[in-house]
Amino acid sequence: MSDNGPVQTRCPVLNVRRVDAYYAITVVAPGIAERFRSGQFVSVAVGGDHSSTLLRRPFAIHDVKPDYGGTVEFLFAVRGSGTAWLAERRSRDLLDVVGPLGRPFPLPRDPVNCVLVGGGSGSAPLFPLAQSLRRRGCRVDFVLGAASADRVFSAITARRIAETAAFTTDDGSFGTRGRVTDVLGKVIEEARSDAVYACGPMPMLRAVTQVAGGHGIPVQVAVEETMACGIGICMTCVIPVVGEDGITRMVRSCVDGPVFRGEQVRFDDVGTIPFDALGAPGWKGTGASLAAESARDIA
Amino acid sequence: MNADLRTRLGSLRLPNPVVTAAGCAGSGRELAQFFDIGEIGAVTTKSLMLEPRAGRPAPRMAETPSGMLSTTGMQGPGVDVFLQRDLPWLLSRGGRAIVSIAGSSVGEFGELARRVSEAEGVGAIEVNLSCPNPADPAGRHFADDAAQAATVVQTVRSHARSDVPVLAKLAADVPDVVELAGACVGARADGLTMINTLRGMSVDTRTLRPAVAGGMGGLSGPAIRPLAVGCVFRVHEAFPEVPIIGVGGVRTGTDVLEFMAAGASAVAVGTVNFSDPSACTRVLREFTEALDARGVSRVSDIVGAAHRAGAGV
Repeated sequence: MSDNGPVQTRCPVLNVRRVDAYYAITVVAPGIAERFRSGQFVSVAVGGDHSSTLLRRPFAIHDVKPDYGGTVEFLFAVRGSGTAWLAERRSRDLLDVVGPLGRPFPLPRDPVNCVLVGGGSGSAPLFPLAQSLRRRGCRVDFVLGAASADRVFSAITARRIAETAAFTTDDGSFGTRGRVTDVLGKVIEEARSDAVYACGPMPMLRAVTQVAGGHGIPVQVAVEETMACGIGICMTCVIPVVGEDGITRMVRSCVDGPVFRGEQVRFDDVGTIPFDALGAPGWKGTGASLAAESARDIA
Repeated sequence: MNADLRTRLGSLRLPNPVVTAAGCAGSGRELAQFFDIGEIGAVTTKSLMLEPRAGRPAPRMAETPSGMLSTTGMQGPGVDVFLQRDLPWLLSRGGRAIVSIAGSSVGEFGELARRVSEAEGVGAIEVNLSCPNPADPAGRHFADDAAQAATVVQTVRSHARSDVPVLAKLAADVPDVVELAGACVGARADGLTMINTLRGMSVDTRTLRPAVAGGMGGLSGPAIRPLAVGCVFRVHEAFPEVPIIGVGGVRTGTDVLEFMAAGASAVAVGTVNFSDPSACTRVLREFTEALDARGVSRVSDIVGAAHRAGAGV
């Protein structure tokens, strides 16, 4: 219905391949490819038209290419029956895909130094971001972490794109033993970083935001919340986020995110309704905050 | 051939019987990215409360076989923001609005009914009777007690503008849905919507804890459709003159046909909007094709057809 909003498309699978501990699936979806901006995701119907598995699965977009009119690639790990079904898709099978969804990573106006921090399959959306930043003349450094060597995604590509690439694993099977935050401070200092971009599990994003804050640089985080619809109607993926006006709202990760400014996410309160959140029990609204709410454009 | 799809819910006239279910379409804005919101019969907007409400903590959702459990806790912007921002937007796009209201007390229902029906362009008010009744020590829903439900409906009817139809949305996990329907009709409901989600639970077998915060959630999706169709059938048999919106697990055009044959005058599309944002227009197209294939010229001819076939309960 609009030129830059998401589209729903039944698109052919080009290929499904194993990448370390993950699967990468490429589909031909020109409408999604031409609208895509780094950080956005797709939601995919699984199990076929008559499946009892009703809900779509959201996946960050890992790559778009102009080949075949526009292809989109996303990465996933087999976690349940839905992703197991996806892993069994073959070339020319049709997938029902909605995208691109969500707010993309904001890009700096000027060439600045950026560190991209990813955990596990959360590294996937950082690769198109790295390309966009490079095109703008930014320096890019990677810090990628995971539980073990086979879960560190695309180390070779990271080394190729970035000025430097540091790796950490929980078990020490690749790179430094430990967490991404164990090496992030050093990378920020050595690269003289101006900004951090991060994607991965919530505890990692919380820790990365602390490190970036300690260095006085801004951080953009892409959250990975479970969601039923991905388009903003089911209200199940909410997290507490402080707005520019200082008011905390339960915002939808799918359409108000998945990318947020790290310092605006109330990480300690995720999974709760903070007492001072707009509309929390006992909350008393003011005329001004209601007017601000009314003026917010969700389109 | 194209069948005449026009239908009526009391004084509300709709161009076709496919509407959205409350809580499954927001106020129409998000779905309008995928289809023309004016094409469907109406948008039933997410249940509205007087004040902004943050809802329940996460996790709010769990997938279940052919369904989902959800517990959003009525998160919403409150009536002021809805009337200033959301309703005008929906009307400006040619949408018809059935506004769902959810009071935490009988008085709040009355106040909501007054303010909503004073707004221009509200097609009908749907009364969400599945809100916990704070006056009930067991924390039961208004719908759990037919007399309480009737009090709510009567209050809404007396506060709403007389030309705005009032639809009572019934719960099915009650002792007798026909008795509940009778109480609401007796309280001057202009129509009934059935069914709401059913109270259910899913336990995460990894953690052995309930899968959604607070334990219980509302079960929706195709898993509940036979139950919903049964409720529509029984209530239509008891009150054939009362218009019904059938809701529960509609996924295809033939599901709409099924509900209408059981006695619904309109059918709401709910959870499937989450998995297929184009579902409303697809379902409407499939329904039209199903009517054509059966040589039905007027949609009103099939309302209650299952009763005429001599079916019993």
